[in-house]
Amino acid sequence: MAHYKFSVIKSTCLPINIDNCNTDLIIPARYLASTTRDPKFFGDAFMHDLRYDAQGNPIADFVLNQPDFSEAPHEGCHEIIVGGRNWGSGSSREHAAWAISGYGVRIVISSSFADIHRNNLLNCFVLPVIVSEAFQDELFETIAKDPKALVTVDLPNQTVTNESTGHSEKFDINGYKKYCLLNGYDDIDYLLSKKADIESFEANRK
Amino acid sequence: MGKTLFDKIWDAHVVQKVEDGPTQLYIDRLYAHEVTSPQAFDSLRDKGIKVFRPDHVVAMPDHNTPSDQQEVINDPIGRKQVETLARNCAEFGIRHFAMGTKDNGIIHVVGPEKALSLPGMTIVCGDSHTSTHGAVGAIAMGIGTSEVAQVLASQCILQSKPKTMRINIEGELQPGVVAKDVALYIMAQMTTSGATGYAVEYAGSAIRNMSMEGRLTLSNLSIEMGSRAGLIAPDETTFAYLKGREYAPKGEDWEKAVAKWRELKSDDDAVFDKEITYRAEDIKPRITYGTNPGAGIAIDETIPTTEGMSESEKAQFLSQLEYMQFQPGEKLEGHPVDYVFLGACTNGRIEDFRAFASIVKGKKKADSVVAWLVPGSWLVRQQIIDEGIDKILEEAGFELRLPSCSSCLAMNPDKVPAGKLSISTSNRNFVGRQGPGARTILASPLVVAASAITGVVTDPRKL
Repeated sequence: MAHYKFSVIKSTCLPINIDNCNTDLIIPARYLASTTRDPKFFGDAFMHDLRYDAQGNPIADFVLNQPDFSEAPHEGCHEIIVGGRNWGSGSSREHAAWAISGYGVRIVISSSFADIHRNNLLNCFVLPVIVSEAFQDELFETIAKDPKALVTVDLPNQTVTNESTGHSEKFDINGYKKYCLLNGYDDIDYLLSKKADIESFEANRK
Repeated sequence: MGKTLFDKIWDAHVVQKVEDGPTQLYIDRLYAHEVTSPQAFDSLRDKGIKVFRPDHVVAMPDHNTPSDQQEVINDPIGRKQVETLARNCAEFGIRHFAMGTKDNGIIHVVGPEKALSLPGMTIVCGDSHTSTHGAVGAIAMGIGTSEVAQVLASQCILQSKPKTMRINIEGELQPGVVAKDVALYIMAQMTTSGATGYAVEYAGSAIRNMSMEGRLTLSNLSIEMGSRAGLIAPDETTFAYLKGREYAPKGEDWEKAVAKWRELKSDDDAVFDKEITYRAEDIKPRITYGTNPGAGIAIDETIPTTEGMSESEKAQFLSQLEYMQFQPGEKLEGHPVDYVFLGACTNGRIEDFRAFASIVKGKKKADSVVAWLVPGSWLVRQQIIDEGIDKILEEAGFELRLPSCSSCLAMNPDKVPAGKLSISTSNRNFVGRQGPGARTILASPLVVAASAITGVVTDPRKL
């Protein structure tokens, strides 16, 4: 599978201001029973129980169903989620990252991510961007005032910019993962290239 | 400067440090279940590669397994996952503990009880509660499906080294207070993200005096405060628990292994990035009131009020209470419950069933309550029967079910109906976790047992 190659993304955002938004909310357990990685299936399951009621009708006041935010993500539109604090806590299910990616989102911005989910996002070529709480709060305010507000995430320079206020922050990512995202490389290929090192590690263990 | 237990195990498994990147870590044990592995096996097939070290991998279905009968899984999608796991294991030459066989059960119960998880190991599984296995003195972490594929392909993962934290519980746990209460107490103090970025080691006199089953419960819940790993230094309790179990080293190998394992402890001069100490005497039986495991109180306390909360904290707090149908300042002790659940990788071990039985012995289950008592493995179930606990449960009006993840996560028939209130020994009270619209109070086996008798949230010390 060819992976997406990151560069600079400038887009409107989906504000999902839920603290401790756990992976059970991002994708309920009954949608884990798939044996494939069909993006459409997982995209449809994204935040399902907040988007739809028990009868399958859209819940009007949930952000993704509001007219300003209901357009499906595409280039320049809703490619970025601004999430609440401690995004992706709970279950290790990578299906949560598949749901975000399947929905069409390429970047999640928050002041904090749960560790396993952050790794899963990176492995699914969704970029987690960690910002200060002040920057996160300002993003929510900006989007509340103007749902069309643009945010730029520049991976080569590791900066995120709130275009409405001009405020910008640097974000961290290790050099290896940055290289992978810029070039569409995944960890499994890297590890397969290290077979000799692994075998020599095994031989040297007592 | 001395090393922490975590550092010792980590350093012994470093294959190499990737330049300006993560560490390539060797993995001793990969556990696989039916939900998070199918796409990983597909990755190997897509690339045309084999499993690198099949003897390091153990697989078993647990999430979709029904607890009422295990002849057939009626849900076609769940059945397909379980069948896919069996097929993948056959194709790739992996040890598979099939549904309904005596080897099967919840991975995090089976691994330690068969001594497939041993001190000093690195252990991973596509399941966040893999932290459980850290209780034997191992680095055990939950991973995603891409990482499962990496381990299948190379027996390695790429991980950044977490910071280290030691949580000391000093003193003596009070009657009616068990490991689950300790974990719920720590979570309420730390919040659900308080240990994000850290690997936690539990220490202190209350931990040293804790049974192996209790330690497994505590390590299991590490992830609920954000820590991927929860280690406990192996000691005589650990060795006594592991000795003679199916996959434990035998004879001379056992003696050699124990000698090595005795060195697995944090050095006296080891420095942790963070260290916290709690008093065991401060911990009472606990319950949760909200929709994350950190939203908890002592059973005789009232739900907090909004006093002193910021607008955003208040909004999030009230939305949790709205879902739970509770009020700020409300006392939950005495509140009616509809369902009780004993089981899960958190509290599905023999000690949990002994604790439950100690409360319900000679009493009768409340008619208003539906009870699911689900052993974590076939071994646990057999032990329950061997000890005659099943008779005690039966006389009190309870039925012993078959090993499964059961009502912990609504992936099998044991779903709590919308709006119903469950008091549960499982690990998560998230919105919809036990079924769409289901409401969950987390508690210990003692609290759940007492509540099953009265039909209301009950302090086991008062029953």
